[in-house]
Amino acid sequence: MAFFFEVLIGGLLAGVMYSLVAIGFVLIYKASGVFNFAQGAMVLFAALTFVSLLERGVPFWLSFLVTLATMIALALLIERAVLRPLVGRSPITLFMATLGLAYIIEGVAQALWGAQVHGLELAISDAPLALGGLLLSQFDLFAAATAAALVVLLSLLFNRTRIGLALRAVADDPRAAMSVGIRLPRVWAVVWAVAGFVGLVAGLLWGARLGVQFSLSLVVLKALPVLIIGGFTSISGAIVGGLIIGASEKLAEVYLGPLIGGGIENWFPYVLALLFLLVRPAGLFGERAIERV
Amino acid sequence: MLYREAGQFSVRYADDRRFFRLRQDRLGLAALVLFAFIGVPLLGNDYWFSAILIPFLLLSLAGLGLNLLTGYAGQLSLGSAAFMAVGAFAAYNFELRVAWLPLLASLLLGGLVAALVAVVFGLPSLRIKGFYLLVSTLAAQFFVPWTLTRFSWFSNDSASGVISAPPLLMAGYDFSSPAGRYLLTLAVVSALFWLGANLVRSELGRNWMAVRDMDTAAAVIGIPLLKTKLLAFAISGFYLGVAGSLWAFTYLGTVEPHGFDLNRSFQILFIIIIGGLGSILGNFLGAAFIVLFPVLLSNLAGLLPTGLIDAGQIENLQKMAFGTLIIIFLIKEPEGLARLWQRFRERTRRWPLRH
Repeated sequence: MAFFFEVLIGGLLAGVMYSLVAIGFVLIYKASGVFNFAQGAMVLFAALTFVSLLERGVPFWLSFLVTLATMIALALLIERAVLRPLVGRSPITLFMATLGLAYIIEGVAQALWGAQVHGLELAISDAPLALGGLLLSQFDLFAAATAAALVVLLSLLFNRTRIGLALRAVADDPRAAMSVGIRLPRVWAVVWAVAGFVGLVAGLLWGARLGVQFSLSLVVLKALPVLIIGGFTSISGAIVGGLIIGASEKLAEVYLGPLIGGGIENWFPYVLALLFLLVRPAGLFGERAIERV
Repeated sequence: MLYREAGQFSVRYADDRRFFRLRQDRLGLAALVLFAFIGVPLLGNDYWFSAILIPFLLLSLAGLGLNLLTGYAGQLSLGSAAFMAVGAFAAYNFELRVAWLPLLASLLLGGLVAALVAVVFGLPSLRIKGFYLLVSTLAAQFFVPWTLTRFSWFSNDSASGVISAPPLLMAGYDFSSPAGRYLLTLAVVSALFWLGANLVRSELGRNWMAVRDMDTAAAVIGIPLLKTKLLAFAISGFYLGVAGSLWAFTYLGTVEPHGFDLNRSFQILFIIIIGGLGSILGNFLGAAFIVLFPVLLSNLAGLLPTGLIDAGQIENLQKMAFGTLIIIFLIKEPEGLARLWQRFRERTRRWPLRH
């Protein structure tokens, strides 16, 4: 039984890492209705920029600030060059535009910083920690704490600041928000910048785990089922969805894997998400009922 | 001047229903087809056949498959490469295990199996759409290669999972030379394009477009959504399956699941975005672009002094260029290259007069 709980908790903690990526999606989807496929590329770009600065001898906090500034500049650029000309187009068109964006960002990141794998040390030991008879990874606990802090920070931003009020207004009804004088392009730029910040945090944690390399941009594929389960519009949904995916994926790999063969974690989350879709099309916490025919 | 329409009248209803109403278009198409079947095999060399023309034709066919589903029926899909893989493996197994089956029949049966698989993954489209449907097709994209590698029966228990395609023998002729493979591909692709172009003008094609534009309204006027959507998945799967089996048989000569990964699905999606959603000609234009652009880019880089740009950087440049082009097309010309061609044609109809 202890083994079961170890797998379960390990999975839950891994799920937190998925949630970190999914939160970035939710932010952008809520504010602009764009399904941002480039979020994974942004994670990669942030992590690569950070680690390359670090390797050139820039101190930790300065690299963090410079990367953050880069992500904000990127957000402004995206808003101006991609979102503004495409305003009012169908969601599918916007999705395909972010697909193109993902290609550009990946290309630029690798052209600037090279394609080799960079190691990233965050000075957190990965030694297992014995807690009540269970062995837990310290790193995973740290990641979970970071995610919790991030959620608190984001909810403060959303609920206690003026710009947060504007963000919620736009998410609720863009036209009404515009008519009371909220500047939509500015809100988009802010939300993409915040998503860039979330991407940076996710990039650091994922990078420390996997090494900073191209496959970081593929975490977007892990986040998609999380979004389906949690709903596209809810940050707490992204967290819960991540936990469900992480836990069930690991449990399936351990208990189902020997029966039908290993490596099922690639598609298992998708099948789970499909089952969820059939029962609850709007996700666990999604607000908008999706159109059915 | 070139397009003089004077004197070309429709005197029967059949004239109005023709695919091309202008004589110049019909003659042009006939000349093009003749050139492709006779001129190209005489003029082309092996490099052109194997590296450019065959992938171009097959990507056009795959583009048509996705275009029927996405451009005409409005169902978003990122699982195209998975259906290609199903077609390739099914055709291979038919060829291997049913010895008396002719090659062409194996190819078509491969397409039919892919159609069945596509219908299974298309079932959720009855309840969900848009991004949610993407998840269903992505499930196919991850599930199919896993199944094909996991169960070695599919690859005839080959240790590496990579298997070589059978010799291309048909009616006593050997199509294994580059020119032969080109001709075989061209024949299948032209037949399927002829079918597809007529399909989208049929009742089914009009139903697809009605569903794409507004499925509630389509249901209200009595279009059976279940049948229409599933047929879109089935026919799209068939086209992709045939494209996949030809990809393995005539282009690569080997069958392996990893050639059909998510990047291939993206590539096919890019073909139809750049070429034009909901256009037959667009598939050719988009595929030509996708095949020729990297060649052009690496040739341009070859002109520069050696060592200035390495191969990795070319790949990065290519990625950036593709991404930029996609965004530019979506902003400036959402209907793609096909629309540009149409505008050019309208120009030539009036030329040299301005109005």
